[in-house]
Amino acid sequence: MNTAATAPDSTQAKPSSRTRAWLIGIGILALLISSFGSLTGDWSGLFSLDAARRMIDLFAGFFPPATDTPYLKKIAFATIETLAISWLGTLLALFAGILLALPAAGYLGPLARAPTRFLLNVLRAIPELVWAALLVIAAGLGPFPGTLALALHTSGVLGRLFAESLENASPEPMAALRRNGTAAVPAFCYGTLPLIVPQLVSYTLYRWENNIRAASVLGVAGAGGLGQMLYFHLSLLQYPETGTILLAMILLVALVDALSNRLRNRLLA
Amino acid sequence: MTANHWRDPAWNGRLALFVLFLLILFPTGYFAEFNPFVLLDKNSLRTSGHFLATFLPPAHSSEFLTLAATATWKTVAIATVGIFFALIIAVPLALLANQALSISIIGRDRLCTLCQTGRYAIRWLLIALRSIPELVWALLFVRAVGLGDTAGVMAIALTYGGMLGKVFIEIFESSEAEATRALLRNGAGRIQAFFYGTLPTCLPELVSYTVYRWECAIRASVIMGFVGAGGLGQQMELSMRMLAGSEVFSFLAIFVALVWVADFISRELRKILD
Repeated sequence: MNTAATAPDSTQAKPSSRTRAWLIGIGILALLISSFGSLTGDWSGLFSLDAARRMIDLFAGFFPPATDTPYLKKIAFATIETLAISWLGTLLALFAGILLALPAAGYLGPLARAPTRFLLNVLRAIPELVWAALLVIAAGLGPFPGTLALALHTSGVLGRLFAESLENASPEPMAALRRNGTAAVPAFCYGTLPLIVPQLVSYTLYRWENNIRAASVLGVAGAGGLGQMLYFHLSLLQYPETGTILLAMILLVALVDALSNRLRNRLLA
Repeated sequence: MTANHWRDPAWNGRLALFVLFLLILFPTGYFAEFNPFVLLDKNSLRTSGHFLATFLPPAHSSEFLTLAATATWKTVAIATVGIFFALIIAVPLALLANQALSISIIGRDRLCTLCQTGRYAIRWLLIALRSIPELVWALLFVRAVGLGDTAGVMAIALTYGGMLGKVFIEIFESSEAEATRALLRNGAGRIQAFFYGTLPTCLPELVSYTVYRWECAIRASVIMGFVGAGGLGQQMELSMRMLAGSEVFSFLAIFVALVWVADFISRELRKILD
């Protein structure tokens, strides 16, 4: 009986899901073909010997990387600057994220909810580099606009994540404190906040890791750190110096990856 | 009144953490040249004031809109073609690194040393590809092949090739290898074993991750435009350089809309797949 009931269903469901799969497939193919059609790039040149040779020449220029002491000092300074930008940007975003998550999770009434969500979405949709390019106009070249740019984008990301954790957190502890006469702010700090602290910490650490990568390239827009040096030396065609910066970037990212992996394993264990 | 006698039992620990935090914060602020007053400086206030004043009304002349539409489409096209080439890099490498498809393992319990080394080499290659940010790849390719779309496509192809490859390997490895192994033991070729053993279980996950990365690539291709790799970013950079606020504002709005649309499409597609 069971099979009799399901058999017609499955024969009916099959064609529709199959048509859908075909439609999606055709859509993707059309997108791909029209994309190829509209790019001016010469694809035969892409895989040509000439292009390959130019790439190899470019990479060969990076070796041997510049290693004189004053230059290495500059690199070390830029690396510290990159770390400082990422750390401070993440920290600012942590605070802004919590402040924005409260209205976005509906803590300050339904009226504040929708506009805050919209703001968070806009903050998040505009990438760090675009924020940096905008802020460089307002604050001049240097690590400061980079820090602000990271903070703006990251507060959008963290604010949304925090709002979700706040919405998922049990309202009971805070409600109990409120019923017993605690004021709203301490009730939140002792009732709800402890519930979401582990999530806050892990999201923030994850974003910090992301931001170190981001901070190392932000400088391309003039916002300090390793990226600015990279852009500078590459523009002056100083390839050995560029090679050193690339190595420093790769090392920095690899180091952070390894550290955060270890940290995460320890926290999970 | 009892509230006055009440003490937070974890107060000392929290205070210590806070002090430590401040101790780290100050040198960080120094290195990041953190100084909000720069924003309030007379000169920069005037510049940003002028710039912001030109934001409204957003640019909407028909030539501008045509330009913006072309640039937006180009951004999508760069991302799509980039992901296509990324797949061309990622799929063969992931297949090669897939242990379940190994023939040398049949009848033994471990891989031969050479095969194992080869697989590690592929992993390292993929890690190397994605450890350099796409923006840096774009900068390098702009040097090597000149300004324009090609640099953007190549940058996306390499970075996302690395990312897709790494995740494809993980997907293959977390799937049940039994069906594939059974096919191989019974004499199926490796391609056959892959198509009939591995692919049916992995396909939704593979497609879903690729769609997600396509969405990321759209964002990345805007950013890469800033270093001259074509599309919306390049136009936005030009407008910023000319301090044409109204154009910048329109571009930002278009960009945010584009990100939302891509986000929506990718979410819907993945919902269908799940």
